[in-house]
Amino acid sequence: MKIPLARIAHARSGDKGDTANIGVIAYQERYYPILVREVTAERVKRHFGDLVQGEVERYELPNLGALNLVLRRALRGGGTVSLRVDAQGKTLGAALLRMEIEVGEHELEEGP
Amino acid sequence: MIRIANGQGFWGDWLEAPVRLLEQGPLDYLTLDYLAEVTMSILQKQRQRDPNLGYARDFPPLMARLERLVRERNVKVIANAGGVNPVACAREVCRMAPSLKVAVVLGDDVLDRIDEFLAKGYEMRNLDTGEPLEAIRGRILSANAYLGAFPLVKALATGADVVISGRCADASLALAPMIYEFAWREADWDLLAAGTVGGHIIECGAQATGGNCQAGWQTMPNLADIGYPILEAEPDGTFVVTKPPGTGGRVDLHTVKEQLLYEIGDPRAYITPDCIADFTTIRLEECGPDRVRVSRVRGRPRTDFLKLSISYAAGWKAVGTLVYSWPDAIDKARAADRIVRERLARLGLRFEEVHSEVLGAGACHGPAAAPAPDPPEVQLRIGVRSQDRSAVDRFTRELIPLVLSGPPTATGYGEGRPAVHEVVAFWPALIPRHEIQPRVEQVP
Repeated sequence: MKIPLARIAHARSGDKGDTANIGVIAYQERYYPILVREVTAERVKRHFGDLVQGEVERYELPNLGALNLVLRRALRGGGTVSLRVDAQGKTLGAALLRMEIEVGEHELEEGP
Repeated sequence: MIRIANGQGFWGDWLEAPVRLLEQGPLDYLTLDYLAEVTMSILQKQRQRDPNLGYARDFPPLMARLERLVRERNVKVIANAGGVNPVACAREVCRMAPSLKVAVVLGDDVLDRIDEFLAKGYEMRNLDTGEPLEAIRGRILSANAYLGAFPLVKALATGADVVISGRCADASLALAPMIYEFAWREADWDLLAAGTVGGHIIECGAQATGGNCQAGWQTMPNLADIGYPILEAEPDGTFVVTKPPGTGGRVDLHTVKEQLLYEIGDPRAYITPDCIADFTTIRLEECGPDRVRVSRVRGRPRTDFLKLSISYAAGWKAVGTLVYSWPDAIDKARAADRIVRERLARLGLRFEEVHSEVLGAGACHGPAAAPAPDPPEVQLRIGVRSQDRSAVDRFTRELIPLVLSGPPTATGYGEGRPAVHEVVAFWPALIPRHEIQPRVEQVP
């Protein structure tokens, strides 16, 4: 079934120049494999469309049950140059949580 | 064990936070992080106008307010409040809080050495774009090297109550007291990485204790009285993240993980002047209410380079807004945008960029946003940027006429014409470490 990513993960985003990053964190450790499977760099790039002009890189942190997504050329110049209302990419984490992901019903069941 | 708190995540953070931290205590060290990437350029301009300025002006009055508590409770304060004029900052602290002993860390300011560096063949290419610094040479406003924790340690060793630096790495502010108290050495890479991770967790203040936290924000306790973060650091490099008892906010796995991942790149290589920390080794566990233990941090040797924070003049910009109400608010805003652009084009004005957004219709999330229904109102927001100030100035006169000459229901223009701002852009680059010689001075 399809669910929004927000059901199983939370996120925070920020900037370094024209690059934004999003830390995506599974609410429970057992959801981490779903993140790894569903939240791929390609799907994230597609989700943001022309908002992200450069590449998307993905890093895995299994110890934290989290992914770090680095979005290049995502802030129209970034910092003080950008004319965007969200020049520092503060809302991009929330935007990612809208993404629809595919999960099996058994994956969301409560564990023992 | 030592207790290190951070009471300021940027210049402009909650003024009461450091005062409350000291009152709530107990603390051994209070760090205050004032410098964002472009703050240095603002301070540089202030120093150009007045040679006694160029530092975080909130800091000396804060120290006056904290003077008695700092002395009574024997808390050391470490702040990068010095900006581009740490000595002037220190003098003002001495004047306003005369019983405190102050030391400053100098040597980060390399504005006068840029030509020397270029002559030596250092291109100082932009780390993001790869362009050589030569492209903006004539427009540079400030240039500072990010110093690490060891110069701060030297300053602590003078016995100072207050250590003031200019540009230093944010995480180094909290690492310095650990090095000083626990006698860690320059090649203790795992320990330095552990302290760096601790510094990174608290460097943004309340972002570690429930502020700006997506996880369970609706039930976040008492944000009006949020507790700022405290590290309880041990000599073996483990530490507990916590906050003063009875305060608002929360410290749990969610709040700490969000901050750990904040503004990082490759988590295996978090590079600071002091070491390279590997975030994929970190182990977290909740060890009590509002307590998270951090352990197993691994580190690698520091690089041979320091990062330079260079700012330069990059033209002018202005952003103007108008509000349109139902019905068809989004269509009206878009029609108004087309009219402004057509009028600007007829005037023959040149802009590097004209960027329009409709707030209330997906300005933040862009293509990721769900399509908006016909909302009660939206705000049209048009921004322009140009090297030509007069073009930007003319733009600021093109919005208000739409109230009478554009689509119906335009409002929200009460502030009048938008202001024109100079764009000060940030240029990150590298310089060999051996070119930078930090030093410590006591003031007065």
